[in-house]
Amino acid sequence: MSDVPDAGGSEMCFMPGHQLKDRIVAREITSRQLTEAVLGRIELLEPGLNAYVSFNRDAALARADEIDRKISTGEPTGALAGLPVAVKDNMCTKGTATTCASRILESFIPPYDATVVERLLAADAVIVGKTNMDEFAMGSSTENSAFGVTHNPWDLDCIPGGSSGGSAAAVASGEATSALGSDTGGSIRQPAAFCGVVGLKPTYGRVSRYGLVAYGSSLDPIGPITRAVRDCAVMMNVIAGHDPLDSTSYPKDIFADYTAELDAGVDGLKIGIPKEYFSEGLDPEIAGAIDQATRLYERLGARLVDISLPHTPYAIAAYYIIATAEASSNLARYDGVHYGHRSDKGDDIISLYSRSRSEGFGDEVKRRIVLGTFALSTGYYDAYYMKASKVRELFRRDFRTAWEQVDCVVSPAAPTAAFRIGEKTDPLQMYLSDIYTVSANLAGIPGITIPAGFTSRGLPIGLQIMAKPFDERRLLSIAYAFERETDHHLRRPEAK
Amino acid sequence: MRISREEVRHVAELSRIELRPEEEETFLSQLDDILTYMDQLNKLNTDDVEMAFHTWDLANVMRKDEPRPSLPREDALANAPERTRDAYKVPRVIE
Amino acid sequence: MKYLPTIGLEVHAHLATKSKMFCGCKTDFGAEPNVQTCPVCIGMPGTLPVPNELAIDYAIRVAVALNCNITQVTYFDRKNYYYPDLPKNYQISQSHNNLGDDGWIDIDIDGETMRINIDNVHLEEDAGKRVHSEGSGTRYSEVDLNRTGTPLLEVVTKPDMHTLEQVDAFMNDFRSMLLYMGVCDCKMQEGSLRFEASVSVAPEGASELGPRCELKNLNSMKSVLKAAEYEIGRQTSVLKNGGQNKQETRLWDDERGVSARMRRKEGSADYRYFPEPDLILLNISDERLARIRDELPEFAGRRSKRFQTEYGLPAYDAGVLVADAATADYFERLAAQTNDPKAASNWIMTEIMREMKDRKIEIEEFSGKVPAHRLGALIKEQKSGTISHNIAKEVFAEMVETGEDAPAIIERKGLRQISDTGELDAVVEKVLAENPSAVDDFKSGKKQAVGFLVGQIMRETKGKANPKVVNKLLAEKLG
Repeated sequence: MSDVPDAGGSEMCFMPGHQLKDRIVAREITSRQLTEAVLGRIELLEPGLNAYVSFNRDAALARADEIDRKISTGEPTGALAGLPVAVKDNMCTKGTATTCASRILESFIPPYDATVVERLLAADAVIVGKTNMDEFAMGSSTENSAFGVTHNPWDLDCIPGGSSGGSAAAVASGEATSALGSDTGGSIRQPAAFCGVVGLKPTYGRVSRYGLVAYGSSLDPIGPITRAVRDCAVMMNVIAGHDPLDSTSYPKDIFADYTAELDAGVDGLKIGIPKEYFSEGLDPEIAGAIDQATRLYERLGARLVDISLPHTPYAIAAYYIIATAEASSNLARYDGVHYGHRSDKGDDIISLYSRSRSEGFGDEVKRRIVLGTFALSTGYYDAYYMKASKVRELFRRDFRTAWEQVDCVVSPAAPTAAFRIGEKTDPLQMYLSDIYTVSANLAGIPGITIPAGFTSRGLPIGLQIMAKPFDERRLLSIAYAFERETDHHLRRPEAK
Repeated sequence: MRISREEVRHVAELSRIELRPEEEETFLSQLDDILTYMDQLNKLNTDDVEMAFHTWDLANVMRKDEPRPSLPREDALANAPERTRDAYKVPRVIE
Repeated sequence: MKYLPTIGLEVHAHLATKSKMFCGCKTDFGAEPNVQTCPVCIGMPGTLPVPNELAIDYAIRVAVALNCNITQVTYFDRKNYYYPDLPKNYQISQSHNNLGDDGWIDIDIDGETMRINIDNVHLEEDAGKRVHSEGSGTRYSEVDLNRTGTPLLEVVTKPDMHTLEQVDAFMNDFRSMLLYMGVCDCKMQEGSLRFEASVSVAPEGASELGPRCELKNLNSMKSVLKAAEYEIGRQTSVLKNGGQNKQETRLWDDERGVSARMRRKEGSADYRYFPEPDLILLNISDERLARIRDELPEFAGRRSKRFQTEYGLPAYDAGVLVADAATADYFERLAAQTNDPKAASNWIMTEIMREMKDRKIEIEEFSGKVPAHRLGALIKEQKSGTISHNIAKEVFAEMVETGEDAPAIIERKGLRQISDTGELDAVVEKVLAENPSAVDDFKSGKKQAVGFLVGQIMRETKGKANPKVVNKLLAEKLG
């Protein structure tokens, strides 16, 4: 044994999932070998990264053996056969703690699997663990976790983005082949950008939310975080499609092979450049990288079209009203009666509720609950919640107008690269960093971020592409056209 | 001020969240900043705009009236912090 | 000074679906605590509601029957409040966009029609139940979530009622409508149908209503009336003594016959209704609405009138028969079968209702034992003179017991009526010979002696003698 336990396996840990799956099915490697390599990296890196809330070596290996056995007996296997996958800790896993990175759910063991988890298992994935996140997905830096901050694999002093920071960091550092995140206001795309991986926020309604612990119900889709665009498409094949347990899941969504049009290219495509996404506050290094990316698209045959998404400056205000209003109601259930933390200081029912909630929730969660309650309260509903919901309609109109001119819209994923841990203490400043991602949530459209370069300090830069509702296949092909021509996605953070 | 101390207290009470005096202080100023920022929405005229809920305009996703198995009681109560043999336990509620 | 009470009602009805409003758990009453729950109705993290199509159909049916304007594009709201029997701490309900608004029903008060206006009809989910542990020392309650998520229809009337008689008539008519539509079993003792009354009293002629009191814990229609009566008296005496009433919620104590103000904090409620983001719009198409309108049954009031005109029944009979839709249906089948509505009605109101009472069964179960066509056959046998009325009753009892056909029982037990003059002549002769004193009595003017003689003849023939023939023979022989 060498000092670096994954010396041989490390290579494996960075290969794209679709290649690993082919090798496992061809019996060139086993799922156990891959899973052991990934677990080795987890054990090596976790003290510095803290990307996982929990992982279970024995269970993962037992599962890997089960898949290996399936392959060796010639049984048919699923699209993720034997791949070690990480799941954000806000998706229910039957019999395994699902904490949402909150004290209040520290002891919660769901008696059921989220639909996406069921689908991962049906596709023969190996779930290695549950990833860290901002508590209840409320945050943009994974600093709001009750179980400690997650560090950016490219610079441990920096945040990995959030709220799916654990999933993005795990995939970027080879602690998982791919992962699931959830994206209420950019929580997949922004950490994927900050960690130099691919993150897709699907159209609202395309992936079932059943079993996703709700933050902002009308905004919250689940999506993949992977190291390659093709992996993202394969993951969508597994998790997307109508679910009768989710009334907001699109009922007409029949199976579509998301890998089918990957090679379609961008020749003749009209790419929109929204001027509001390149205004003040955008880091020049990021602007430069995005500019280079659009030029590449032009060389590949696309036509760049300057467009306007005029309501963009109002996105943060509208988003934070709607999301916190929904959250204030969604999180009312955590009261210490049916599950979760219960204060031992509650003598009557009201103090039992207040004490349990005050002990169980972190500051940012409390702040958003109070804000959202205010936005819905008598006398303020019209001025805040109703106003924001009407403004939300204006975002849908903005994009509808855009689709009359262009096939997709490209922009930076965030105004800056990953910032330093502890750098942003003011909540409003933190909210403002979501400026480029929340519009897609308000409009319900799909968006993807892909690696598009690095800052001079060596931090990843993400390119965001947005498309029409239910146009993920085109989105993936546009992303793939870029990935095929560049090598940003091949760079790896230095193993510590 | 977009929000008063009394309102912060009232809303915290409605949310069943206890704020220590210093938390109340911090929340008051942070929420005021946030609400002030949100006031920019008033620059937009939305008189003729409908509230938006979801992305797609479909309706009537329902299920047939068919019973499905419930959880065994032990599974249902397994997460309860305090329970009796067959029920959740709460401090007595007086009406 | 005279005072005018004003009463409005809020009705909650469990819709008679097999599964809950938003999940597949059963809705059976009386199950062991916490055995009819699942992650969805426990409100576990991550779960989502999916609406029960039949519950929505039932709710539309009621709104249409109450002549409401139907909101064809509607949605659910969340009503946010903390309570231990409400595990999500919000209730999925409707507020901004009720299923039905501004309806009415006409009730009958002493032959006069009175219109009660309906404010709104909406659909929601019921909460669970708290069970207080036994003993005075216990400081905790137990929560049973079996009932959580049961589809609950709420109907709110305008404050249009001013007498207990009106309240009684409304409750009875409304209950009958629900039963006719089959949308609620209306078992108040099981909580499937619950009324809350809001009562105010003001000086007659006053331009504004008095402050209203909401009365809760009314477990039967009788207790609604008792509580309202008590409340009217209480508020009136406050006014008479120069006092003022306060808007409050009062809990009725049926045993002691008094109400007391609830200690729950008033004025602090802020339900923060907003559209339920986990559910999408409900779009009730014109076709669906038309279908529901077409399928509405003929309700009790109209049916009773029709029974009187079409079948020539007395108002009382018609009223008894239409009280229950299935009984009225049975009657109509039986009347068609026998061509004798009055006989059909008599049979139901006497024999069948007695059997149902004795056996504690409903008409549905009875009808399973003795379908209308079989009872019709029995009535025909009686009308044709094959059997007497008394024998018919005997055969009926046998039919209920064994489920056999009437002709088979008559045959097997040899109950066919003896109408043959020759056969009866011998029996009559024999009885007359054996009872000379009765004959003498009759001849000396005691006409009632003939009854004794008929009785003896019936005994001889084990009740099978045709009474008409017997009377004719006796008249001839004694004449």
